[in-house]
Amino acid sequence: MNTLIFRTIAPLLVVVMLVFSVFITLRGHNEPGGGFIGGLIAASAIAIYGMAAGPQATRKAMRVDPLAIAGFGVLLAALSGLLSMPFQLPFLTGLWADLHLGDTAVAISTPMFFDLGVYAVVLGSISAIALALEDSGEDG
Amino acid sequence: MVSFSTYPGDWVIILPVIVCLVGAALLLVLKQVREVQIPLALLSVGVVAACEVALLTRVLTVGPVSMTMGNWLPPFGISFTADLMGTSFALVAALLTFAVLIYLEMDAPDRAKRDGIYPLVLLLLAGVSGSFLTGDLFNLYVWFEVMLISSFGLMVLGGKNVQLDGTVKYGFINFLATTLFLLALGLLYGLVGTLNMADVMLRAAKVDPAAMASVAAILLLAFGIKAAAFPVNAWLPASYHTPPAGISALLAGLLTKVGVYALLRTMVALLPASRDVLDPLLTAIAVLTLLIAPLGAIAETHLRRALGFLVIGGIGACLAGIALPTAEGIGGSSIYVLHAMISLTALYLCAGLIEKLTGETDTRKMGGLYAAASLPSALFLTLVLAIAGVPPLLGFWPKLLLLEAGLDGSGIVSGVIDWARWR
Amino acid sequence: MDYALAALSGVFFTAATYLLLSRALIRMLLGLGLMGNAVNLLIFVAGRLTRAVPPIVPAGETAPILGANPLPQALILTAIVIGFAMFSFLLVLAYRAYQSLEADDTDKMRLAEPRGGPQPPMSY
Repeated sequence: MNTLIFRTIAPLLVVVMLVFSVFITLRGHNEPGGGFIGGLIAASAIAIYGMAAGPQATRKAMRVDPLAIAGFGVLLAALSGLLSMPFQLPFLTGLWADLHLGDTAVAISTPMFFDLGVYAVVLGSISAIALALEDSGEDG
Repeated sequence: MVSFSTYPGDWVIILPVIVCLVGAALLLVLKQVREVQIPLALLSVGVVAACEVALLTRVLTVGPVSMTMGNWLPPFGISFTADLMGTSFALVAALLTFAVLIYLEMDAPDRAKRDGIYPLVLLLLAGVSGSFLTGDLFNLYVWFEVMLISSFGLMVLGGKNVQLDGTVKYGFINFLATTLFLLALGLLYGLVGTLNMADVMLRAAKVDPAAMASVAAILLLAFGIKAAAFPVNAWLPASYHTPPAGISALLAGLLTKVGVYALLRTMVALLPASRDVLDPLLTAIAVLTLLIAPLGAIAETHLRRALGFLVIGGIGACLAGIALPTAEGIGGSSIYVLHAMISLTALYLCAGLIEKLTGETDTRKMGGLYAAASLPSALFLTLVLAIAGVPPLLGFWPKLLLLEAGLDGSGIVSGVIDWARWR
Repeated sequence: MDYALAALSGVFFTAATYLLLSRALIRMLLGLGLMGNAVNLLIFVAGRLTRAVPPIVPAGETAPILGANPLPQALILTAIVIGFAMFSFLLVLAYRAYQSLEADDTDKMRLAEPRGGPQPPMSY
């Protein structure tokens, strides 16, 4: 697996995949995409980097523990659901607000934050599993 | 869109799950900060218990509480529904988790603490509370899986070889059980067109009883595996003794009882007609489970493996209550679940204490324990007597209820149960 | 079409059961994965197959009136995600067990319940 071509291409591929994963996540509300699939793409980027550079180097490059990312995702998703409490609406009710930037209005909503939470959960947990598998591959 | 305005007090029904999840997430994010782990975990479980006390008082004053997520009408929105049975189970589960957390802080191996034992315990409690409080069958499946995946993590944490072995058996058979549960849900959805528990209850009577009975049979198999009822109980004594004692206690106290709760919910409340069809089978399973469990416990020399058989025995008693078609039977069964949760968790913790004191897991080498440490051994004796159902202790009362229900019923079926109860 | 898909689901169940009866962990795992797919297919058929329009809620309504039933699809999506998580966890577990216990044959995995264990004494 560890050819020169792969090791050279991998970091570039990882960058493109990570950006693409964010794009897929954000377009997911009305079009195909969403947090789960975006998180999967990001996790596969991590897995590719793990194959090219080794799991230890990948952990170092991620800076944060993958499971901490997953925890942050759960936190974000839960808080976006709890936001409807002060408005006397049931848990997880979608709330919308427009952010005006010059001429365009960007819709900011709790479903979006929920989706970003899902993204982080999937990214964190799947890359933790992938790195664990690559780890044991090195030992054995 | 229809707008449901919620009474702020209704939030106590969803908060137990949310607080557990948020607590688990915070603990994961703060994994490096070891000092905050146990206080934060205890705080979360304390808040959960407080919410459930509030929920219980509300259920007792105004009746069942319900909340539908995300302002969507059922069947699209998922409902949480709390009644007396679910809420009291959830409250006991939270209190037991609190006790187990304190035990784990004293006793769990350092590696398990570093690898995140506390977030997993909170995640497990989220799954258990969610199962007890949800009002939607598919949502019940989701909470089952949350519970299952955190129990896998807890069981394998520490990574000893014997734990790997136990977790493989536990994991494969329980994943199969939840897949069967999902299969039954698919068939049920095809038959009644909804998975909301209240809707299923209304519509189930109008469907072909034969088709409904087969759905109920698959559910019985799935929850039977989960609860470790007789023909499918071998995984429990093979796996529950492998993790540290505190984790064993948590799993033994909570997980199989969720299986029994699901059986009570589906067999008794949702599909009573199918339960009547399956009654002979349920009775046979209950009696055989009651018989096999003490025999297994007698033949076992590993202390916590023997306790595993006592867990199975408790399941048999609960199933006997489900097999008796009277209110006393159901009441006895649900009170027995509460008793089994409390007593078995305590018994496992006590066994962990004894194993720590003697340094042995084999009952044959534990001789002279009373002389060395009289308090733990007296405690153990009391707890075993409670499980056996000696009168003033907790185990006696649900057994009395079950016995009364059995005597009130007519025919050989209840006679056999009476005989089995006096074993 | 319903019947064809129902039959396909049955074929999946048959193959999954066959694989689950094996003693090799990897085959059992594949069996479980296949059974998950069989169940998903079954839920899909249980929601009835129609050639209807996508289930989009018109403005001012609370639920889609015409159109395909969105609920089974949501159920399957959730089930796939959960099944995927369980599958990957069990895969790591089976791999670790294979490395540590040097066995993927369940007959040889007897650490937790040793064969021919000690008998309890006849009297104390």
